[in-house]
Amino acid sequence: MYSLIVFLPLVGFLIAGAIALWGARTTIPAPVGGAHGHHGPDDHGHGDHGHDHAAHAHAAHDDHGHDDHHAAEPAAPGSRIAELVTTGFLIVSCLLSWVAFLTVGFGDGETFRVPVAAWMTSGALVVDWSFRIDTLTVMMLIVVTTVSSLVHAYSIGYMSEDPGRPRFFAYLSLFTFAMLMLVTSDNLVQMFFGWEGVGLASYLLIGFWYKKPSASAAAIKAFVVNRVGDFGFALGIFGVFAVFGSVGFDAIFANTEAVAEQSMIFLGAEWHALEIITFLLFIGAMGKSAQFLLHTWLPDAMEGPTPVSALIHAATMVTAGVFMVARLSPLFEHAHGTLTFVTFIGATTAFFAATVGLVQNDIKRVIAYSTCSQLGYMFVALGVGAYGAGVFHLFTHAFFKALLFLGAGSVIHAMHHEQDMRKMGGLRSKIPVTYWTMLIGTLAITGVGIPLTHIGFAGFLSKDAIIESAYAGHNSFAGYAFMLTLIAAAMTSFYSWRLIFLTFFGQTRADHHTFEHAHESPRVMLIPLIVLSVGAVLAGMVFYEAFVGEAQGEFWKGALLYGPENHILHDMHEVPAWVKASPFFAMLFGLGIAYWFYIADPEQPKRLAARHDALYQFLLNKWYFDELYDLLFVRSAKALGRFFWKAGDGMVIDGLGPNGVAARVQDVSARVVRLQTGYVYHYAFAMLIGVAALITWAMFAGGIN
Amino acid sequence: MGGLPLLSLVTFLPLAGVLFILLVRAQDEVAVMNIRRVALITTGVTFGLSLFILGAFDTSNPGFQLVEEIDWMGGFFSYRMGVDGISVMFVLLTTFLMPFCILASWHSVEHRVKEYMIAFLVLETLMIGVFCALDIVLFYVFFEGGLIPMFLIIGVWGGKRRVYASYKFFLYTLLGSVLMLLAMMAMYWHAGTTDIVRLLEADFPAGMQTWLWLAFFASFAVKMPMWPVHTWLPDAHVEAPTAGSVILAGILLKMGGYGFLRFSVPMFPLASADFAPLVFTLSAVAIVYTSLVALMQEDIKKLIAYSSVAHMGYVTMGIFTMNVQGIQGAIFQMISHGFVSGALFLCVGVVYDRMHTRDIDAYGGLVNRMPVYAFAFLVFTMANVGLPGTSGFVGEFLTLLGAFQVNTWVAFVATTGVILSAAYALWLFRRVVWGQLTKVSLQGIMDVDRREIAILAPLVVLTIYFGVYPVPILDACAASVEALVRNYQAAIEAASQTAALVPSALVH
Repeated sequence: MYSLIVFLPLVGFLIAGAIALWGARTTIPAPVGGAHGHHGPDDHGHGDHGHDHAAHAHAAHDDHGHDDHHAAEPAAPGSRIAELVTTGFLIVSCLLSWVAFLTVGFGDGETFRVPVAAWMTSGALVVDWSFRIDTLTVMMLIVVTTVSSLVHAYSIGYMSEDPGRPRFFAYLSLFTFAMLMLVTSDNLVQMFFGWEGVGLASYLLIGFWYKKPSASAAAIKAFVVNRVGDFGFALGIFGVFAVFGSVGFDAIFANTEAVAEQSMIFLGAEWHALEIITFLLFIGAMGKSAQFLLHTWLPDAMEGPTPVSALIHAATMVTAGVFMVARLSPLFEHAHGTLTFVTFIGATTAFFAATVGLVQNDIKRVIAYSTCSQLGYMFVALGVGAYGAGVFHLFTHAFFKALLFLGAGSVIHAMHHEQDMRKMGGLRSKIPVTYWTMLIGTLAITGVGIPLTHIGFAGFLSKDAIIESAYAGHNSFAGYAFMLTLIAAAMTSFYSWRLIFLTFFGQTRADHHTFEHAHESPRVMLIPLIVLSVGAVLAGMVFYEAFVGEAQGEFWKGALLYGPENHILHDMHEVPAWVKASPFFAMLFGLGIAYWFYIADPEQPKRLAARHDALYQFLLNKWYFDELYDLLFVRSAKALGRFFWKAGDGMVIDGLGPNGVAARVQDVSARVVRLQTGYVYHYAFAMLIGVAALITWAMFAGGIN
Repeated sequence: MGGLPLLSLVTFLPLAGVLFILLVRAQDEVAVMNIRRVALITTGVTFGLSLFILGAFDTSNPGFQLVEEIDWMGGFFSYRMGVDGISVMFVLLTTFLMPFCILASWHSVEHRVKEYMIAFLVLETLMIGVFCALDIVLFYVFFEGGLIPMFLIIGVWGGKRRVYASYKFFLYTLLGSVLMLLAMMAMYWHAGTTDIVRLLEADFPAGMQTWLWLAFFASFAVKMPMWPVHTWLPDAHVEAPTAGSVILAGILLKMGGYGFLRFSVPMFPLASADFAPLVFTLSAVAIVYTSLVALMQEDIKKLIAYSSVAHMGYVTMGIFTMNVQGIQGAIFQMISHGFVSGALFLCVGVVYDRMHTRDIDAYGGLVNRMPVYAFAFLVFTMANVGLPGTSGFVGEFLTLLGAFQVNTWVAFVATTGVILSAAYALWLFRRVVWGQLTKVSLQGIMDVDRREIAILAPLVVLTIYFGVYPVPILDACAASVEALVRNYQAAIEAASQTAALVPSALVH
């Protein structure tokens, strides 16, 4: 059954991929006017918009009008088959996952392995393809397959005008397969396979509209920044192998106690072995989960089609880092220094991303920064040792964030690919289902519920659990994390409601034509929204007990490991009432400000922005990280490369070496007319002399021996 | 097959093809086509025959197999052939790549087809010979002899600056080969044999090992090529015809790595241990330096050539880790790089045949008219980047894993290569394949035809197959590599015991 869950998406990918490749080959536009002729008007008629806008990719206005130009092209042959096959397979996979979830999570099975095949063996290193099935795995299985199958279905509607649908669905299924390999992995190397596999799928999907320069730039950025993280992940794997002599989870977890006090030399210094290993692995998690300093790729990733943003850049792939830390909780439990760092990074990200989210005007970018911020929350929970709370937020967040993204997609669809919220407004009556479902998503993310009870929307339970755990945490950044997550909660509420108010309320700011033609999305897009809304309402209340409550021990069955002195799950339930209630009031505060700014007095934000222009620009430009990195890394790498090439290779090595010598030789052999045969002749001659010398030597000298 | 001299058959079969081609006297189109067909059939049959080597090869035996021996020159030097786990996959890599080279030259080589095909077939014999030779004189002849047809291929069928390129090639190689020859003489003088099997058992004194190691290093480092003696490679690649580049990157570069594994490490273990830090430094520098240089290239072939130098950095680093993962990784990396870089050059060849330029700026948006090509190019790009699931990952991962156990600094610097390779490879892919197809000259470009699909498809399959299931290659070399590592450690241990004994001996 587990093989089916994982490999059905792969089969779907292969079928859709074959259709895409075959279709693309048969529908290549004929050259206009012969091979060397002038190109006709059709050849460059569409898609030129992207070009000139690319220079200022951060400005919101370049995001509109990118995919509508495809409408003129015919759909690729086999589009319908590719859609149905991939979506059908995913739905089967999803149903099986739920069966697995209920049997493993609420049954009493032990962790078990499903071997698939050998991968590589070299000396002591043995890596197999196999699945590790425990509660953490099956929990991720339902997250991935549920969101993925809904996104597949949604995309049938959203992408209906795109000519490249088989390719799109192939990529979606490829992503799902890689993600499933990641969450089912039984060793670090297979996890790395899934890890980079989702990176590849993300790269391909961000660059799906490859004609747009901004999209292909964003795709590269996503891959390369992720590689920076993978650099740390890889070193961490090497470190694990050096310390444990294995990369399999069973062997690692069984021996953590034995190596807990061990130290290792890394880069000339002596470190506590598990601290440095977990630190390196966490760098990988930072890259994949877009944490502070390695976050810059995520907002740009919004260049991809919106369903992709929902699936990859909100619900699943970006949570891989959280999953990794949770999966390796037996290691992290022995690395308090790293956990403190995790707390710090998580809290900083939660705060930083929320500040940027306050001022963004592109509807997708607001949600992207919100994702970044929510991932920070999850890491805060992991950092203080409340793994269950982190994973719980991962679980609920998948539902409401996918919902918000798909809702945003529905808005964009209705507005003919307008993404700038300043050109929306008043859409409530035009697209009521989208409005209501997005409202539910907003209630979930902002954490609406009844304080001091366990009744509320999904985010109310999971996010508040994190804030409580931060208060109860013991490491030196726990207090910092509590403060920042609480402030971020208010900002979350503000930017989420701002999004709702700007999009659905007030007078419309769209042009008359667009507004008149705004239409509700087809049913195939609305049903996923409704399903996810149910999750956003119920996921928190239904699963609270199992994930972090009294029943957590028998639910996780050791999949998440809490050390003997880790009582965080107990302590977080014992925090004072004001701590429990504080996120609720932070939420109300954010809502109030948003209402004041965007309903009561819409001129207020402009005045405020004008008065604090420096701060506004600082936030609008995302703390200038892109500019800074461009200068520090991109430009300097290019300059260094050019320097090494021209000065190093060209002047020093060639100048002193071959060219200098060559010049002398050339003087001598200037009279040789046919140069190249001359060399060969010289060379063969030299070689023959050599052989002759060797033999002569052997005959005379050899006699002595 | 017991009685047949299988290795000699595979080695010299291409020469039979040469004989056939020499028989063709006519100059017309039919004759030229026949020459091409003969060359293709010869290389195809050679590959088929080489599969029997694999069939007869026992992977659990760490020693030399299929050994042939004929005395020559009164026993001074013999014709000795044989393969072990380290060399057998290289033989297969060579025979496997040759038919692709012939196919890739089908239309692109128009003049002097006869000589061209002869050069390639002779080259094949010499290359297989290098990997099979069990006698240093024989090895030397094959090793150095292989350069002559390569010179001709670059010099006669090459691009505009072919003279400069072959000049550079010549100067670099000459120095190395002279030193290697001197070292071989010294080895013979010391051990009294040219038999590689017996030389492997010979015990060279520590001081002598140093000099021998350096002499061999001069030759192999140029061949690899290692930084800073790599600058001949980009020029040679740029000027070589497509098939020449494939052979250069696919096979000739591997001779350096093979040489290290066959001579330097097992015969001079003490010197290898002493010089390992030097090799690590050069390898780590190579990975970072050439990756950065690759980033800035404007010529597609040059970019791939620089990326080859970086990839060979992983190989030299892996070999001198002296542990099983590092060395197996290095061998795997060489095999994988053999067909991945070969495939990348073939991809460049496909567009070069159409547009006759290698400037990156001359391309852009090819995916719009060449989707199948774009797909193949993507697979090879990802393998070049070392994405798990492609063959490029396994070698990189194992060599880095091996290096980490020896020296974390080396592993740290070398691992930055995974970031840089992603940067240059994906940027190249973006500039060539993605984007709008706006350039007038590209409006009529056609996707790969059936011949080109026949070339690229098997390579795509292999790239992914060995990425998911590298076991065949790793198994083939496991026993020999383990023996190599064991012997190396024994030698080091013996030396340290002697060293410990010396002071106490002095006291008495």
